[in-house]
Amino acid sequence: MSPKRRSNIAARPRPRSPVFAALGDETRLALVTKLSSGQPRSISQLTNSQLNKGSRLTRQAITKHLRVLERAGIVHSVRVGRESRFEFDPQPIAGIQEYLDFVSEQWDHALSRLKSFVED
Amino acid sequence: MDDRIEKRIELKAPVPRVWRALTDYREFGEWFRVKLDGPFVPGQISRGHITYPGYEHLKWEAVVQKMEPERLFSFTWHPYAVDPRADYSKETPTLVEFRLEKTASGTLLVLTESGFDKIPSNRRLEAFRRNEGGWAEQMKNIEKHVAQAS
Repeated sequence: MSPKRRSNIAARPRPRSPVFAALGDETRLALVTKLSSGQPRSISQLTNSQLNKGSRLTRQAITKHLRVLERAGIVHSVRVGRESRFEFDPQPIAGIQEYLDFVSEQWDHALSRLKSFVED
Repeated sequence: MDDRIEKRIELKAPVPRVWRALTDYREFGEWFRVKLDGPFVPGQISRGHITYPGYEHLKWEAVVQKMEPERLFSFTWHPYAVDPRADYSKETPTLVEFRLEKTASGTLLVLTESGFDKIPSNRRLEAFRRNEGGWAEQMKNIEKHVAQAS
């Protein structure tokens, strides 16, 4: 039961998915918001839609942001005819929230024990 | 999305008392439920093991960062690294900070934990899913026990 055995099974380590880092950007948050309605959209559609008031991003910039989101597993590209469309996957974000709730709850318990400890 | 946890708690105890509970390794172990091998020293690794019944096989490890008397105590660790088979050592740890402030009735303790964006989500989910049930249940039991005892 050593960590080695596990890494042998995964011959090539899965790419890490820094979901938070991917979301720490206004444009990407806007893209996620746009896609979270559930409807897959093409790069052109996303480029033409007003993501940020005032700033107009190039197709190239949007593509770059979509790739970051894709690497984090937040969006997937699906092929529709000759076109790539991007689709929202709620799983990674839901997972993070669960994890943070979990750690947060552990702190609540620990701090309430601390409270009893110092107030007694 | 927020990538940090912040907790504020009012303690009816003077700042020096709370400081001791946080930074004396035996006292810390009492309420945190961990048996530590030795005192906290900034820049050094603190090792020990969890003392929950049934979880004694789990190691506790943190690197003490700052100890500014009666003001700030911080360490980095792998939060609730509860999977004994996993190797957490290559992952970027999170930073835990305890800040103390004197209040009229005692001490305000502000706890923050930050740096969750650096933890790979696959590990996060694995560790969480495998252990969530038992661990959370255990915590509830302890809280009940403490509530009855006090």
